[in-house]
Amino acid sequence: MMRYPVFTAAVTAAVMALGLAAGEARAGDMPGVTATEIKIGGTMPYSGPASAYGADGRAELAYFKMINDQGGINGRKVTLMSVDDGYSPPKTVEQTRMLVEQEGVAFMFNGLGTPTQTSVQKYLNMKKVPQLFVASGADKWGDYKHFPWTIGYQPSYRVEAQIYAKYVLKTKPDAKVAIIYQNDDFGKDYLNGVKDIFGDKYAKMVTKDISYEVTDPTTDQQVVTLQASGADTLMIFATPKFAAQIVRKVYDINWHPTEFLTNVSISVGAVLKPAGVEKAVGIITGGYLMDSTDPAWADNQGMKDWLAFMDKYMPGADKTDGNYTYGYAVAMTLAHVLKECGNDLSRENIMKQATNIHALEIPVLIPGITVNTSPTNFHPLRQLQLARWNGKTWERFGDIIEGNGS
Amino acid sequence: MSAARRPILPVILALGLAVALAFLVSDYRLFQLTMVLAYAIAILGLDMLIGYTGQISLGHGAFYAVGAYTAAILMANFDVPYWATLPIAALICAGFGFAFGFPALRLGGLYLALATFALAIAVPQLLKYKAFEAWTGGVQGIVISKPDPPFGLKLSQDQWLYLFTLMVTVVLFLLARNLLRGRIGLAMRAVRDHALAAEAMGVDIALLKTRTFALSAMYTGIAGALGAIAVQFVAPDSFSVLVSITLFVGLVVGGITSLAGAVFGAIFIVFLPNIAENISKAAPGAIYGVILIAFLYLLPMGFAGLRRRVARPGATAQPPAQALTPSPGTPSPGKSAAEIRIKSG
Amino acid sequence: MQALLHQIFSGIATGGIYASVALALVMIYQATHHVNFAQGEMATFSTYIALTLIEAGLPYWIAFVITVAISFVIGVVIERVLMRPMTEAPVLSSVGVFIGLLLIFNSVTGWIFTYTVKAFPSPFPETSRFLGGWASPHEAGATAVTLIVLALVYVFFRFTKLGLAMRAAAFNPVSSRLVGIHVGWMLALGWGLAAAIGAIAGMMVAPIVFLDPGMMSGILLYAFAGALLGGIDNALGAVIGGFAVGVIENLAGAYLVGAELKLTLALIIILAVLILKPAGLFGRAIVSRV
Repeated sequence: MMRYPVFTAAVTAAVMALGLAAGEARAGDMPGVTATEIKIGGTMPYSGPASAYGADGRAELAYFKMINDQGGINGRKVTLMSVDDGYSPPKTVEQTRMLVEQEGVAFMFNGLGTPTQTSVQKYLNMKKVPQLFVASGADKWGDYKHFPWTIGYQPSYRVEAQIYAKYVLKTKPDAKVAIIYQNDDFGKDYLNGVKDIFGDKYAKMVTKDISYEVTDPTTDQQVVTLQASGADTLMIFATPKFAAQIVRKVYDINWHPTEFLTNVSISVGAVLKPAGVEKAVGIITGGYLMDSTDPAWADNQGMKDWLAFMDKYMPGADKTDGNYTYGYAVAMTLAHVLKECGNDLSRENIMKQATNIHALEIPVLIPGITVNTSPTNFHPLRQLQLARWNGKTWERFGDIIEGNGS
Repeated sequence: MSAARRPILPVILALGLAVALAFLVSDYRLFQLTMVLAYAIAILGLDMLIGYTGQISLGHGAFYAVGAYTAAILMANFDVPYWATLPIAALICAGFGFAFGFPALRLGGLYLALATFALAIAVPQLLKYKAFEAWTGGVQGIVISKPDPPFGLKLSQDQWLYLFTLMVTVVLFLLARNLLRGRIGLAMRAVRDHALAAEAMGVDIALLKTRTFALSAMYTGIAGALGAIAVQFVAPDSFSVLVSITLFVGLVVGGITSLAGAVFGAIFIVFLPNIAENISKAAPGAIYGVILIAFLYLLPMGFAGLRRRVARPGATAQPPAQALTPSPGTPSPGKSAAEIRIKSG
Repeated sequence: MQALLHQIFSGIATGGIYASVALALVMIYQATHHVNFAQGEMATFSTYIALTLIEAGLPYWIAFVITVAISFVIGVVIERVLMRPMTEAPVLSSVGVFIGLLLIFNSVTGWIFTYTVKAFPSPFPETSRFLGGWASPHEAGATAVTLIVLALVYVFFRFTKLGLAMRAAAFNPVSSRLVGIHVGWMLALGWGLAAAIGAIAGMMVAPIVFLDPGMMSGILLYAFAGALLGGIDNALGAVIGGFAVGVIENLAGAYLVGAELKLTLALIIILAVLILKPAGLFGRAIVSRV
């Protein structure tokens, strides 16, 4: 009994010793870079409630394995240290500091989640470590004035919602709109996008907006309530499982609104098939990525390359999972940035190259949509094309629409 | 727990080492150690409730969250200095704990465990609620700044915060030690082991239990505040039900009614996820689970059980064990969770 | 008025989900006096087994039976291998093991079967707009299955020797051993039955909420609530409690506090019931011996 403080101390000391052995950050102008290697970091939810998105990180790891098999970039091997944060902000802080301070990575890449990445945004900007291509559709990653070391990637949820709202105003100005959204930053961003466009008319046009929680087993109550509000248009801002439930329920209760669906949940395999492809006919969305389960892309070279990549580097992985396509696209964008950096892999130059991308084509993006950044535009992707589900495939219509960002 | 003469030297040595670490290891490791200390306080708070009075709570993440949000809101909206948020967080959490302690009186064993579990699940939902959004930042959470060392001390922010947290930890542990060793601790254990007998001896069970609940929530709340200051960010997603489960795991692994156990449990829950992840990126949760179960096989009484075994070889480390609702199949009949519960109903 | 009726029907349909899982919880409580936190994750794993079998071409009901059997075996094995060494350990450690199990099952399920949302087939006809769309044929069928299982459980515990022995083993292991009951095997049997019922619940739930590794995490909480409301030692009470929670949740969400706080309100109601009647609405209060 008397010995325990010593024991505790011993355990602590042992833990510390391990830590010391792990090595400190390398000093110099190009942290994380040697003649043969560039080391980069990223946090992903490999465990915890958002584990589904871990596929994104696995695709990135596989992509850089492929790159390294092909000789790396400018003669350097790309070592991506993708670590688990369990979608918990305190853990993200810990892991990000581990990568930056212990491992001495050159920069952070595609960290996933709005709350998790918010928790390290200030830290990374103070340390002047690039926080590249954050995997979240929140609008805030484009705030280059306050956070010059942070840049987003995909079209922001808010811009997407603005596009739907504009479309409603144009095609059906007297619509009665019902909205269902996930009660978190993701859903709230969409709601704000609609509010941006409807403005004063929001109260008049929107008969009911209602949220659901990720812990809710079903969303039936919400759908029934929305139907009772007398709306003729429904905007669904939900993650895949709930989107599938909602689409099915709307059909089953014999309600026929014009439906808009967030592009987070347009996977044929994970949403429309489970819901019933015939129940989703007529749904409108705005997409930017190709969906591997959409037959429209069967003969597309970019899609074929992606499928070949999946077969070789991720054998056995579920090809209907859109996270793999996303991870492939964002990794490819990073590979472009690193190539452009040449031999100057300082953090300043990496940030400079990441914010000077012009019309970069990524083969798994919908044709016509390109990656564009500038020192005053930190929204790499901001184009969408509307599409309507015809029972078999997403039928694209209209021009490619460019959002404003905020 | 009865040893009256305890050599002070090892404690001082351990403390000296803890202080020395502030100057030996990297800022990142200090951040981890700060989290260990915060969790240790939280686990100690949980221990008071579970270990000493036998009321099982699976919802202490709720109090941890309240403490964290109190600190964050005060710092971000009212410019309260970080150190001053601790007593306020303590008071608020004690209030919540006291209030929750009343219904808890009627709920014994399993029912209390599930009611507190429900509380933990409801927390993120409440933190997001519109009416509180002006303060809580809604789904976006609150970003706060890390405190600078006072008096122009030549320390990094992490060093200072670690030392500050260490100071708070030492004070709270000393207070807890004196309290739990004294009359009140005795009364608490008496209530746990045989409520009726304790009552006959003149212990006011209701008062003792609600006060313990308040004290336990207070400790956990202070821990939450310290954790928030170290992480510099709070959001509803930081306080999912996993926090409660993690604290519980820390307690079980550390072993009940043990101050050192609380520290060990905290070390376990901070470092195990990293170890699990290093073993397998495909299924880190499974590795975590396997290690946890394996640990409990080897040391069913947790770290504290090992310590007791080492300290008194031959003694079968039993004191608190049988009190806590024996598993079915154990030779001692009666006193199952359900029955204790019914008595109070 | 129609909207109100619709909410109630929809609540009953959802309540059926909670009822079936609550039944599994009662089962394991009856048999072992534990509440298994990993129950939901185990049921999800079983449901994936069923999906694998169905995708391999087996007819639904054959896959159903095989899955129930496999789940039973998994339950028994877990008890014999994992829980048995813990019998002498304090109950806290058992809860720790449950948490470990939960993590393992959740993680392994995601690892083997991926996290992609999957549809799960229903054995009931897919005529949509059944009952005016107020409940799908599957929801009606699933409720019927739950009631059948409930009846079987009732008959088993009430009228069979084995059922009586199991209850005895859980209630008073020492005395049971004295009258010649194999307490250890009774516990294992209880685990097996609970896992089997959980598998049935999983297969009934999956067509409604879709299958993913986290499928049960939300449901389990509502099922706990239902079981507590009805009394965790009472199968019928738990089923009624499950339905009640479904309806309360819907009405609260639609008319009282909005969807944002419906979970909170449902929990408050349950807490209130527990405070007034700690053993649940239908639970039996046992007098403690001193």
